[in-house]
Amino acid sequence: MNRIDALFERLRSEGRRALMPFLTAGDPDLPTTSALIREAIRRGAHMVEVGIPYSDPIADGPVIAASYQRALDGGIRLGPIFEALASVRRGGEGEAPVEAPMVTMSSYAIILRRGPERFADEAKAAGVDGLIVPDLPVEEAGELATLVADRDLRLIQLITPRTPRDRASAIARTTTGFIYYVSVAGITGERTELPPDLANAVSWLRTQTDLPICIGFGISRAEHIRALAPVADGLIVGSALVRRLAEAADQPRGALVDRIGSFIEELAGALPS
Amino acid sequence: MATSAATDPRQLPDALGRFGPFGGRFVPETLIDALNRLAEAYERIKADPSFWQEMNDYLTNYVGRPSPLYFAKRLTDMVGGADIYLKREDLNHTGAHKINNGIGQVLLAQRMGKTRVIAETGAGQHGVATATACALTGLECTVYMGEEDIRRQKLNVFNMRTMGATVVAVTTGSRTLRDATNEAMRDWMGSSDKTHYTIGSVVGPHPFPMIVRDFQSVIGKEARRQCLDRVGRLPDAVVACVGGGSNAAGMFYPFIGDEGVELIGAEAGGRNSNLGQHASSLTKGQPGVLHGSFSYVLQDDEGQTSDVHSISAGLDYPGVGPEHSYWKEIGRVRYESITDAEALEAYHTLARREGILPALESSHAVSQAMKEAARLGPGKVVLICLSGRGDKDAYEIARIRGEPMD
Repeated sequence: MNRIDALFERLRSEGRRALMPFLTAGDPDLPTTSALIREAIRRGAHMVEVGIPYSDPIADGPVIAASYQRALDGGIRLGPIFEALASVRRGGEGEAPVEAPMVTMSSYAIILRRGPERFADEAKAAGVDGLIVPDLPVEEAGELATLVADRDLRLIQLITPRTPRDRASAIARTTTGFIYYVSVAGITGERTELPPDLANAVSWLRTQTDLPICIGFGISRAEHIRALAPVADGLIVGSALVRRLAEAADQPRGALVDRIGSFIEELAGALPS
Repeated sequence: MATSAATDPRQLPDALGRFGPFGGRFVPETLIDALNRLAEAYERIKADPSFWQEMNDYLTNYVGRPSPLYFAKRLTDMVGGADIYLKREDLNHTGAHKINNGIGQVLLAQRMGKTRVIAETGAGQHGVATATACALTGLECTVYMGEEDIRRQKLNVFNMRTMGATVVAVTTGSRTLRDATNEAMRDWMGSSDKTHYTIGSVVGPHPFPMIVRDFQSVIGKEARRQCLDRVGRLPDAVVACVGGGSNAAGMFYPFIGDEGVELIGAEAGGRNSNLGQHASSLTKGQPGVLHGSFSYVLQDDEGQTSDVHSISAGLDYPGVGPEHSYWKEIGRVRYESITDAEALEAYHTLARREGILPALESSHAVSQAMKEAARLGPGKVVLICLSGRGDKDAYEIARIRGEPMD
């Protein structure tokens, strides 16, 4: 069974919610990214979203765009990213294998250049469970959806406050794994307050699909998690984490990993138990 | 041209915004509804005669259209080949072809009930055109411009601000047109309910490439008619510079069905043909995704957009409109590359021979057209789209010549 499906089946039966931190592959470097993935799961995250750095991420705010740029300036390449994920999945050298689902987020520009079939093969071989492709709307996603399905991977599609209801229903029917509900009309980044009608929008979406619904964009503090956990199957935290990573960049790796781990533990503590 | 409607390139794009395999929409879901609404509004407004009446009134009485088709006799004599004619878009109000699209899209925005307009700009001509159209209509205007381009194009920045636009300096990435486009798209992600994004070239997700081409097609329609009136026949060749490709798309589109007319696009060859040193997406790149569209791009082997270089800020862009990619693929348009040095030489040649200071972008077309005129020989006719005037480039050219003005 695909790890994403298995995770949500288990959490649902236990009445629990998933926490999914976002980490940029290669910021500050790949060994740290690997350590952060292991630490995130150890400190209470249920799955991780790994951002593949891209030069022109138009859906991303300044924090993640800058993180991508740091990784690219450090010479990050796709091959080593998949090797690092495979190693996290496999374990060894004193590290336990990570069983939690891993999903990648990458621009279609990168997938297309790699060749969609090769990208899907490499993702599968690395132990990745699903793909998020934020600039591939459902109309353009047919080929990749087939390639991904053939490999028992999931193609997680996004629904936003700007998505009309009939379109949202249609997207929900073609999505696999879970639905990524974008909390705000805009780019990624921390928000102090989330839109007041967010819970209502997600509750409506719940009537359209049995798929798990995870909410992302803007979620940056424990109180957001507490507020949204009743309506969502999972909560995604990106910029708030990446910002902390950048702020701690000059610390030794162990301290940096521990600092991020503590933040994840704080967020996980806000989930209903 | 006797082709069926299904294969007639003039009938594109299709409903998904495709020109053959190129085009489409590769943007976040957040923008899809805004793009659908824009496409619907455009189809509705395009069919409304009152829109074109308003548009044509501005084009005639405000922009100064039709722009002249000028026979460049001394340039023709110097080359010793085909007769060279200049389609004088440089004589438009604000000094370039960009105003055709600027007014069209801002009027469209106004009819859609938008109160704010955003734009990206490279050389600043599209930013000025948008700021101008906003001053004309009373809409709020924000222009994103790379810090490097702000340095190169001070005059346009000053003029945009004078007309009431907010110019936002973009300090990410290469600090040029590509980064300004990213920032404009990010703004639109959160603002599309009240804001129209006036994209400046035939790039981006559907329906932008179609809308911009349609508004710029006035160039080619006029030039075609003027050529028939003046010369008594169609030209043998038509040449335009290609960055994103809006003046070229507008110039070429009305000639696409005229099989005997050679169409030639001149890209920015920059310093040399090494990746990062030029902006020749069509002649040196490969198909990929950038800024919401599948088209030729300059990127590395992992899909990361390359840095590009051109002496002209308006051509300094790593992508190109999808319709150009299609025209390249079906062999209807030939694309060539003109270096910085060749463009600069053509700039000086036109200045000395004709008393016309072309924009550095347009100088690429002039350079290519001189080659074509020499090849075609006497008795033939070459049309150049002189897309803009060179005033904006005076400071940068002075700096390159070692005679800085400030």
